[in-house]
Amino acid sequence: MRRKLPQIIVAAVGLIMFLVYFSGHPTAQRVNQTILVDYWQIIFAFTLIVGVIGFARSNLQQIQRGDGRFFRIVSLVGLVSMPILALIGGINAGSPFVWMFDHVQAPMQATVFALLAFFVASAALRGFRARSVPAAILLLAATITLLARSDVGGATIAWLPETAEWIRAHPSMAARRAILIGIGLGSLTTSLRILIGIERTWLGSER
Amino acid sequence: MLVPLTAWIEPDRLPILIAAIIATAIVLYTTYHRRSRDRYRMRPIQGLQAVEDAIGRATEMARPLLFTPGWGGDIQRPTTIAALNILSHVAEKTSRYDCRLLFPTHDPVIMSVAQEVGREAYIRTGHSDRFQADDFAYVSSSQFGYAAAVEGMIARENPASVFLLGTFEAESLILAEVGNASGAIQIAGTDSTIQLAFFIVACDYTLIGEELFAASAYLSQDPAILASVRAQDIMKVLIVIAILTLLIIASTVGWPLESLSAP
Repeated sequence: MRRKLPQIIVAAVGLIMFLVYFSGHPTAQRVNQTILVDYWQIIFAFTLIVGVIGFARSNLQQIQRGDGRFFRIVSLVGLVSMPILALIGGINAGSPFVWMFDHVQAPMQATVFALLAFFVASAALRGFRARSVPAAILLLAATITLLARSDVGGATIAWLPETAEWIRAHPSMAARRAILIGIGLGSLTTSLRILIGIERTWLGSER
Repeated sequence: MLVPLTAWIEPDRLPILIAAIIATAIVLYTTYHRRSRDRYRMRPIQGLQAVEDAIGRATEMARPLLFTPGWGGDIQRPTTIAALNILSHVAEKTSRYDCRLLFPTHDPVIMSVAQEVGREAYIRTGHSDRFQADDFAYVSSSQFGYAAAVEGMIARENPASVFLLGTFEAESLILAEVGNASGAIQIAGTDSTIQLAFFIVACDYTLIGEELFAASAYLSQDPAILASVRAQDIMKVLIVIAILTLLIIASTVGWPLESLSAP
């Protein structure tokens, strides 16, 4: 029963959601709103509590063990201080919570995002080595696209922007669509395997 | 009072409904028809063949193995389920070899499900004492908070193997490059065509498109799941036939589905 009940619930809700997607009827829309928005938010709120407790417990245990103590203390201070600031000063503009978000959290996120520029450069350097014919074609296509996207390339060689656009719209798009069709079919069969119960790994059970 | 059928079915979505019914019928046929379920052979997928090597490497080097499903997906997404299927197989192996498995995630629901998947895998092999629930951890819901946490974990724990399987967005290259710099063997796979390009450059093995979804069949060799993968091939053939037929019709007598075309 421990395995059967979740399987029945998943199959029933999955079937309802499948049917509701194709219906514009107000009843179907209400069902969609209830299951997808309202129920989901309630479930997420409870699992967030589980996540936060797990996060705190894991960090506390590792502090005791002495693993990366400094980083873990910083994480826990962040976890505790933001809700406290929100409770004390509110979440309106000018409150300590918003100040912390704007001046600590947002710059830290921007810093991590900014690393991406360097990683793109290092990955490109490694990827654009013409060690085989396909790699040479990739290098050529990438060079044309890069030059065409820069002001200098487009201004000095007239045919460059058109060629880059052709590469993007035809060979690149064809390959992308082929992958997307595969992904779509893969998603469909995975979903059906779960609905009809032949894929039970998500339950933690034997396949 | 009877409600007309048209009130229940959105006319714009009727073609998708028909396609979905055909696809469902094919999947059900290949899965349940006895002769269709006869032994199938899947072509070798390099990325999945390397799973065993990646786990073996981590065991030999006495270093952990890191598996993360990316920031872009939640538990409703088939890609996440496909990643958890692979996680189950990986957890089985790590439990046998007594190799530490780290699973950082951005979503507490995924964390809970992954803990169950991992726990069951360890119980199946008879090594439940080796299971560490805290290693299946929720780190942050923020995209770059998650990226920084996983990046830090790779730098500090120095995993011998990194599995980046699931739905990734801008954090994909950050994680893949940090993993690459640490010298870990990396197996990646995602449903995002944009991030696939980054993975192909930065990782040792990349599961492209449907390969990620076929992994469960490949790793389990379950006849029913293998049969459903065959359904994908049948549908692909049907799509190719449909494209060619419409191409011929459109170039001879004109486009027959004008009303369905985008404005």
